Amino acid sequence: MSTTVPADLRYAKSHEWARIAGDIATVGITDHAQHELTDVVFVELPKVGRQVKAGETCAVVESVKTASDIYSPLSGQVVEVNPAVEQNPALVNTEPYGGGWFFKLKISNPKESEALLSPADYTKQIAG
Amino acid sequence: MFKRTPLYSAHQKLGARLVEFGGWEMPVQYTSIMDEHQAVRTAGGIFDISHMGEVMVTGRGAQTFLNQTLTNDVRKLAVGQGQYTLMCNEEGGVVDDLYAYRLAETEYLLIINASRIDPDWDWLQGRLDQSRVADGIEIKNVSDQFGAVAVQGPRVAEFINTSIPRGSLGGTFVASVSELKKNEIGVFIFNGVTVYVGRTGYTGEDGFEVIAPAASIESIWNQILADGAAFGLKPAGLGARDTLRTEVCYPLYGHELDEDTTPIEAGVGFFVALEKGEFVGRTVLAEQKAKGTAKRSIAFKMVGKSAPPRPHYPIWVEGREVGEVVSGTQSPSLGIGIGIGYVPTEFSKPGGQIEIEIRERRYPAEVVKKPIYRKPG
Repeated sequence: MSTTVPADLRYAKSHEWARIAGDIATVGITDHAQHELTDVVFVELPKVGRQVKAGETCAVVESVKTASDIYSPLSGQVVEVNPAVEQNPALVNTEPYGGGWFFKLKISNPKESEALLSPADYTKQIAG
Repeated sequence: MFKRTPLYSAHQKLGARLVEFGGWEMPVQYTSIMDEHQAVRTAGGIFDISHMGEVMVTGRGAQTFLNQTLTNDVRKLAVGQGQYTLMCNEEGGVVDDLYAYRLAETEYLLIINASRIDPDWDWLQGRLDQSRVADGIEIKNVSDQFGAVAVQGPRVAEFINTSIPRGSLGGTFVASVSELKKNEIGVFIFNGVTVYVGRTGYTGEDGFEVIAPAASIESIWNQILADGAAFGLKPAGLGARDTLRTEVCYPLYGHELDEDTTPIEAGVGFFVALEKGEFVGRTVLAEQKAKGTAKRSIAFKMVGKSAPPRPHYPIWVEGREVGEVVSGTQSPSLGIGIGIGYVPTEFSKPGGQIEIEIRERRYPAEVVKKPIYRKPG
């Protein structure tokens, strides 16, 4: 099964992606992760204004059978969350990199993105 | 190292996701739980239930022994009929819930839960030792000899006769499998091998359970899958099995039922036939039927969007934690969270407002009548 790993994103080992534009990072979970979960039925997002550290749990994704923690890939403050994914959790499965985004951070430490995986390294991780 | 059914390699070939269940390595899903659930509700699904146990009880004293050991009235069974029943301890706590089929005049087949094969067998042997009708009864644990599949869904009756052709040779006499009525069982021949087919199931849909020698179950699985494909039959795993049975409030041992819970508390007192005479647990169960119980099983639906309820989540009423969820899921058929839990009896009336605690937040829910899902029309 071929999984999508867009070239313009950075990846956490725990299968979150970050799209960084200036000091704003948009965060979601990867195609590989949604495929593992199968049917997403509920997404619990952090509150706007919350401070998070890289690696801290800050959201929950639930499938029929399991609840999975989502870890923030970067440190910063939550400035926006995606109401569409709360209304229609299936977006996580159908548009993991688009309409299925979870939240936006104003990142506090841009250097942290260097510790995230490149698309090539993430692809290697999920293949092996 | 977990046990594997004879269908293990079939599951691997289909790309199933395998998990541990009751000491067995079983498919939780093949494609997705939602897909498989919908297939069962609209066409058909086939489940591997080979991990379940089978016990044969035969002899002149079989009926009396079973009626003293099980809660339902086994005398109601003509040859070729089966019934849902429970096996209780002296305190009325449930040792297991099971199906009892009368295959012949003095021959009964018990279908027991996979996770309870050893405790049930120990219990039955202990009861037999104590029984005053011990002469003329033989019990045999034949769980390892048999495999089984459950074929469930509204379209199954359209193709099952293709897979298991011709009429029965024993049990209920019918000219074809699809003529079996609900809870009837027949003895049929599949590729020269004797198999049992019962019209029963655990999903709330029409369906059949096929119990066959372990060596034949893979070819039965393949045959039914092939014959049912054109009708929409799909392989279905334990994930869908759980969402289906939860929607219709069928109990799962270890969740709604355990050794510290009685059938009355669980809401299945209908299957406790007090009037038949003495049986293990009768004293406690008679008192509970007459006087009520402190706790009671409820079915509930979440009110509005929420995370799905899951086993062990606390139940709150009027600002106090009063009970616990025992089964819960997002209902694929209803698109909302549903579950079954235990609360003090005074909070068990349908319409009651409750809250389910999920990750330290409380979400509103409502007590509803069972079953939570009813087929439309």
